[in-house]
Amino acid sequence: MTGGAPNSGGATTDTYAKARTWLLMPAWLVLLVLSLTPVALMLVYSFLTKEFRGGVIWDFSLAAYDQFFFDRGLFGDEPARIEWTYIGIFWRSIWQAGAATVLSLLIGFPTAYFIATRPEKARPIWVFLVTIPYWVNLLIRTVSMKFLLRDQGPLNDFLMFTGLIDSPIHIINTNFAVQLGLFYSYLPFMVLPIYAAVERYNFTLSEAAADLYASKWVTLRRILLPAVKPGVVAGCILVFVPSLGSFLAPDLLGGAKNFMIGSLIEEQFKGNAGNWPFGAAASMILLTLVLIILIMFTRQQAKSNKAGG
Amino acid sequence: MKNLLKSTAAIAALALSTGAAMAQEKVVVYHWFEYIPQELVDKFTSQTGIEVVMDTYDSNEGMLASLKAGGIGTYDVSVPGDYMVEIMINEGILDTIADGELANTGNILPEWADPSFDPGRQHSIPYQWGSTSFAVNRDVYSGAIDTTDILFNPPAELSGKINMLDSQGEVMAMAALHMGIPQCSSDRDQLKALNAMLQEAKGNWASFNSDTAKEVLVSGDAAVGQIYDGFSAKAREEGANVEYAFPKQGYIVWMDNVVLLKDAPNRANALKFMDFLLEPENIAAVSNYARYGSGLKDVAEFLDPALATLPESNPPADAGAGVFIKVCDEQTQAVYDKIWTNVKK
Repeated sequence: MTGGAPNSGGATTDTYAKARTWLLMPAWLVLLVLSLTPVALMLVYSFLTKEFRGGVIWDFSLAAYDQFFFDRGLFGDEPARIEWTYIGIFWRSIWQAGAATVLSLLIGFPTAYFIATRPEKARPIWVFLVTIPYWVNLLIRTVSMKFLLRDQGPLNDFLMFTGLIDSPIHIINTNFAVQLGLFYSYLPFMVLPIYAAVERYNFTLSEAAADLYASKWVTLRRILLPAVKPGVVAGCILVFVPSLGSFLAPDLLGGAKNFMIGSLIEEQFKGNAGNWPFGAAASMILLTLVLIILIMFTRQQAKSNKAGG
Repeated sequence: MKNLLKSTAAIAALALSTGAAMAQEKVVVYHWFEYIPQELVDKFTSQTGIEVVMDTYDSNEGMLASLKAGGIGTYDVSVPGDYMVEIMINEGILDTIADGELANTGNILPEWADPSFDPGRQHSIPYQWGSTSFAVNRDVYSGAIDTTDILFNPPAELSGKINMLDSQGEVMAMAALHMGIPQCSSDRDQLKALNAMLQEAKGNWASFNSDTAKEVLVSGDAAVGQIYDGFSAKAREEGANVEYAFPKQGYIVWMDNVVLLKDAPNRANALKFMDFLLEPENIAAVSNYARYGSGLKDVAEFLDPALATLPESNPPADAGAGVFIKVCDEQTQAVYDKIWTNVKK
């Protein structure tokens, strides 16, 4: 976090020299007070002793991390084994978020491509259309989705009316419903960055490829995709990361039968468990996980950029 | 950082109290969502000139967490359930109401004047009470429903159509009744059996939902729902053909109570608010709105006549006993948390 250091702004003229500290305050506020402080608090809390029924005792403890990784039986007095419960919950969340990301990419990429290839004047209208549903609150959209998907809901009614199915397909309260909910919640985050990338793409490159006898598939794979890859990666991250911590879709569409990372953490603060250090530890582990995934993405991209010259 | 929290709370309290000094007298209420009719709030304000500032919560545990994270000193009163009153007393975050500070305590029914969760009513007054059991859609199932087997060992036609409350306390208490073991048992074999029974029962459950416990019954998503009596009555009024069960193994009784919080910034106004809610006519307005019992004498004449014959509030003679949810000690609670995580993992 050196970006806000007072002496690093080389381009600043002397006119602002005196006021600089004050003018940088908003940036400092955002970076330090609003971003770093909560994370630091969380880190500290994860190493404290839990107070019964919520709260912390200010004694150093590794109990929260121990609980996450080691299983000592129902009564906590058996020899420690690896605890698969929480790893399983994390794995399920990653899988769900991954499936939602893939779904979003499959639908989002062609959509973005379609918008970017419309006449220039029409594009803002298409983008506008994509964003309209997202003016409505996420909770309301998720509840509406529940109404659409239910056994006696419009979707099943329609499919039965058309004769495609005889009895309702059971979608609500399944993992697939959760993936569908996550996909729908975050789809614009996939469409918009890819659209921005495809819009900047120089389509004469595709023409040149075609002139050199590249098939359409090869043009897509070797010319278009590498050019718009930053947009695709940004879209994937923007869908994957919030999906990972989401608890609305799992609760409402998945029937809250299985903890996801988000609901597990919520339970530690708002549920009976009242185990703040464990909630903080689970949050830290999630944060670390996301950080590792982001670093892997960036490194891979840097590598492929180098390879591509 | 503890000091940081404290000073933040102090600033908030200061802001509120100076606000009160500048504007008008007020009482700051931390209440369940949709649990008091607006007309009653307006009536209090017009009678006393005291403005009611209200924040809402959706679970006892959520309320406790936010009070412990700095809400003490900002709020005057809140409305915890029975077991939560006991927890809050143990946490030391309730103020004591001295004898004579409330004028209308004589209106409390004798059976609610000295409850186990707050002996002598030193910190609380009754608000509403009712029961938690389950409701069954009679279009789907016509057999006997006076048994907790419906939830934990259901007949084949109900399997996969059951919604449970997404609340550890209510599910575990009901499970203990089903097995005939004491709540918060510390007996290892009983706890192991409880764990195994819930693992088995979970396969028959479609979902865990508290907020939409009524909607899933009305929409037909669930044929059986663990539910509060008032929610079941509302589901019936909204057209669902549901019957509320009073199992012979027993069912849960709950009571929400208005408590005086420690360091209440408007203590005198809070007491006026509590006295107001101890008047039969006023608490009857809450009952008519929420469809629950009140715990006060002489409310009958103000009540909606339909409430007296509500099947949800009138257990049959052969029903099991109604019991409060017990507060577990720290060790047992740790095992309960594990079992709950096992159910939901």
